[in-house]
Amino acid sequence: MSLLIYAESADGKFKKVAFELASYAKKVAESLGTTVTAVTVNAGNVSDLSKYGVDKVLKVTNDKLGNFNAKAYADVVKQAAQKEGAKVILLSSTTDSLYMAPLVAVGLEAGFASNVVGLPISTSPFQVKRTAFSNKAFNITEIATDVKVLSLAKNSYGVFESAASTTEEDFAPSLNEADFNVKVASVEKATGKVTIADADVVVSGGRGLKGPENWGILEDLASVLGAATACSKPVSDLGWRPHSEHVGQTGKPVATNLYIAVGISGAIQHIAGINSSKVKVVINSDAEAPFFKVADYGIVGDAFDILPRLTEKLAAFKAQNA
Amino acid sequence: MKILVCISHVPDTTSKINFVNGDAEFDTNGVQFVINPNDEFGLTRAIWFQEQQGANVTVVNVGGPDTEPTLRKALAIGANEAIRVNATPTDGFFVAKQLAEVVKQGQYDLVICGKESLDYNGGMVPGMLAGLLDYNFVNSCTELTIDGSAAKAAREIDGGKETISASLPLVIGGQKGLVEEKDLRIPNMRGIMTARTKVLTVLEPVSANNNTKAVKFEKPAPKSAVKLFAADDLDGLINALHNEAKVI
Repeated sequence: MSLLIYAESADGKFKKVAFELASYAKKVAESLGTTVTAVTVNAGNVSDLSKYGVDKVLKVTNDKLGNFNAKAYADVVKQAAQKEGAKVILLSSTTDSLYMAPLVAVGLEAGFASNVVGLPISTSPFQVKRTAFSNKAFNITEIATDVKVLSLAKNSYGVFESAASTTEEDFAPSLNEADFNVKVASVEKATGKVTIADADVVVSGGRGLKGPENWGILEDLASVLGAATACSKPVSDLGWRPHSEHVGQTGKPVATNLYIAVGISGAIQHIAGINSSKVKVVINSDAEAPFFKVADYGIVGDAFDILPRLTEKLAAFKAQNA
Repeated sequence: MKILVCISHVPDTTSKINFVNGDAEFDTNGVQFVINPNDEFGLTRAIWFQEQQGANVTVVNVGGPDTEPTLRKALAIGANEAIRVNATPTDGFFVAKQLAEVVKQGQYDLVICGKESLDYNGGMVPGMLAGLLDYNFVNSCTELTIDGSAAKAAREIDGGKETISASLPLVIGGQKGLVEEKDLRIPNMRGIMTARTKVLTVLEPVSANNNTKAVKFEKPAPKSAVKLFAADDLDGLINALHNEAKVI
């Protein structure tokens, strides 16, 4: 009854969340007295998983699974779970994994808890802590079913190395033609740009930047930090920046190591979306801006003065510490 | 085309979140409830299908009688009729089971859910519903057009967008993009008046397991005060980010 994770990859390379999930799974498996099995789909070289405590890898290689397909991938995970007799199935919180998680749960008649943060509070009864009310609260959830599916909130646990001697096994689940009724017609992906989902640092701008023509100073700062750029809701509503950059309660959630907010006052809905970020820095000319109440570090001042100087100093810092 | 729009009744996004009964229950005192924002984008898209393609739009909620004003609001926005499944929505799977029953009874072609509700943030009902019904499923759906039984959709992916073709029957987990914020409708007086006479059917729940149980709630620990740096002390900030926070 090994514990099963789905280790997500893109273009044959594991995502960072796969290593975080493996690290987490290793710890949960220890408390359950069991081992960790990972199932991978078209992941290429899987040996990296052995650094994070994965005991066994079920490698699925199939051209039909070239594009993500929620039903088919859910089927793969379900069959892997059944083959291993897994009682606990762990998934990441990427868009794709969250897409298939409820299908996996229904397929295995399992209870499902999403946005899980931290290790299980107890394993009998099985209780986990998860975020709810858009990060304004935590919810202790008990999963009552024999088989359990959890999705781990991004960046909530961390990546920890733990060497294992991993066995690899090719796995060929039977795929159902009907699963492919939802077909991918095309994929548009920004290339060469750090996405909000993958970024360790996010630099975000609000109405305080006064207009889309001023985004250059924000992008310069982001580029020095290897950060993704984001924006507040009013900025995307005004059409200054694309909706895909809108972060907040009704936009994208951000759970990053460092979130730098420039000219964003910090409406409750915005805070809800970014509050899982570890360190928050606020730059705002209004000392009364509510964002200062939830920030770790702040500067009261003019973004147009501060940002170029900060970018320059950070570039020098990075060059020194490279 | 018969469309079912699943509506969650959630606290307004500006609500203060508190708990009562030994932190076991959400404190509804003084809280304004609204149509879950992700559902409202889907509802508006459904009304467009109604106006442009003659679709019939039913809204459904699983909840007690106190959620009826939210359904009436959806009727005032333009839905043809409403269904309330008379049960407390304690678990995502339980809710999905109730909705699956409503879909089977009503033979809906298209089921529009929000990708997640802004209270429990489970994000599981649309997928579980699609799984239980064995319908096609598109989550994080940002665009949707229907031509006959063919659906074209787009979904948000990490760092981009994927366009998808599928056929009805279909379940979507919708979000902003299905329509824009400016397209959302505020019920007008005529809408509110006609909503009063539209059919709101109350159904008793089918039996279903609660696979999970919310045991209790916690609020985040209070934060320590922000550390401020002067605008000419950027070295101080960089030093703190490097040595103290260790994030650069």
